[in-house]
Amino acid sequence: MKTLLIGEYREGKLLESTYELLSFAAQLNADTAMLLVGSESQLPAYAGTLYLADIATCGEYNPDLHKKLILDAVQKENPDCIVFLHSSYGWDLAPRVAAALKAAQISEVIANLDGGFEVGCCNAKMRRTVKSTTARTVITIQAGAFPVLQPGGSPAVQKLTADSSGNLEFIGYEPAEKKDVDLAKAEVIVTAGRGIGKKDNVPVIQALARALGGELGASRPVVDAGWVEHSHQVGTTGQTVSPKLYIACGVSGAIQHLAGMKKSDFIIAINKDKDAPIGEVADVLVVADVMQFVPALTAKVAK
Amino acid sequence: MKLLVCIKQVPDLESRFKPDATGTWFSETDLAFRMNEYDEYAVEQAVRLREQLGDSCELTVLSIGPDRVVEAIKKALAMGCDNAAHIQDNAASSKDPWQIAATIAAYAKDKGFDIIFTGMQSQDRGSAQVGVTVAELLGIACTTTIVGFACDSGTITAKRELEGGIKGVVKLKTPALVTCQLGLNVPRYPTLPNIMKAKKKEIIAIPVGDLLKEEALAITASFHPPAKKGGGIVLEGDVADLVEKVIAILKDKTAVLR
Repeated sequence: MKTLLIGEYREGKLLESTYELLSFAAQLNADTAMLLVGSESQLPAYAGTLYLADIATCGEYNPDLHKKLILDAVQKENPDCIVFLHSSYGWDLAPRVAAALKAAQISEVIANLDGGFEVGCCNAKMRRTVKSTTARTVITIQAGAFPVLQPGGSPAVQKLTADSSGNLEFIGYEPAEKKDVDLAKAEVIVTAGRGIGKKDNVPVIQALARALGGELGASRPVVDAGWVEHSHQVGTTGQTVSPKLYIACGVSGAIQHLAGMKKSDFIIAINKDKDAPIGEVADVLVVADVMQFVPALTAKVAK
Repeated sequence: MKLLVCIKQVPDLESRFKPDATGTWFSETDLAFRMNEYDEYAVEQAVRLREQLGDSCELTVLSIGPDRVVEAIKKALAMGCDNAAHIQDNAASSKDPWQIAATIAAYAKDKGFDIIFTGMQSQDRGSAQVGVTVAELLGIACTTTIVGFACDSGTITAKRELEGGIKGVVKLKTPALVTCQLGLNVPRYPTLPNIMKAKKKEIIAIPVGDLLKEEALAITASFHPPAKKGGGIVLEGDVADLVEKVIAILKDKTAVLR
């Protein structure tokens, strides 16, 4: 088995998630080559073949050009699997490569199984095992599903270039909204999810956070509904946190949320639904109505 | 200008899912279906552009599936789409993303759509492949996961949502395809007069066999619940008892209560 791993670079930096690709390949016992649109000044710590295209000329987001680079490396390496992260870079680029090769694509893989690759579905409530029928397979792996593996060493660099088709132009980045809370520093985070029912119930969750000396967190639907400000959002498009105690109140546990909090030391989830995916990462799942349980807990903690 | 929006009908995700007889997808028994959430953002954005451009613009909504998907099509028509294509396929759920994309591309080819809108992924399958693959098959520009959209004389300015709340600003020349993400807009509720008006709009039915000539590239071997993670405690019962238990756990396992 041979894999071509597609690394990631953002705002001038090699992303650490690139090393998750290496542990995925190691689990497959596969030979690896890597492709990175990056810079010679920041090479991944890995002793294998690295196809390197210059970020200054190829750009951080130029999918058509990056596709051509990958197809060039596929020609040279003849890999069985071309592996991306399931990220804003990977899910945008992978289908383009798969279509060009007419290869099966398996998205957001969470595990390698004997019968194929396991992926989540139905909002992470269920799983599918998916098999490829084509000689090559394009895979995206779920962020955080495979641990970071930093083997060390220096790669053998082979340079690549390609031309842009010019039908898309990347203008630049817009920074994230200013944070008025730094959740990364909080020792306790109490998060409000859609299950709290309405905006008026946010203070109930806030009260528990205060009683425990912590900060208020929020899941994405709660932020999008305008109940809590974006600066409190936990998850891949918000903040990634690992407090000593994380209490998820009425959070169902979408993948993007779990990725942002599952490294917390101790997790308590309060949910009416015993099968909610948050239960997968929780040390304690309290099956209860959030609006009954949380005020009662706050009263007891405050004593 | 000609616009196309592609929608999928999905089950209510709050439901409990059980494997069907084939063991490769869910049983539809007891499930209620609705328009895929991400596709609602796609429809809303397409309708806004349709309204901005006026009657020089035509907006078609497309859905693939059994007869039940006509409900989702009718909602899109009531939101403001002009006409619809229902690609009839009772076995749509067994098609892989490549086949779904090939079907849409076969429909759209030669129709001269300037902009195609799709959701960034479906809520049930979640592969996030179909939109991009359609664009590749049609050879048009494409960007994904947009949370901002503007179109001015053949140029689209889109904002992509990236990790950590950062956005990427991209310009695309039409024809182009964009996949829409939560946060792009707030989809409207169809009004009663618009629901009535939508009843008169044309829905063209096309058998999937007329469009799809491709075999599946990926096959689902099984559909199953996740393996339960060991170690997690599940507490159930009376609220007062639950509070006592959680307080004991907090004292025992964490340092937050002194």
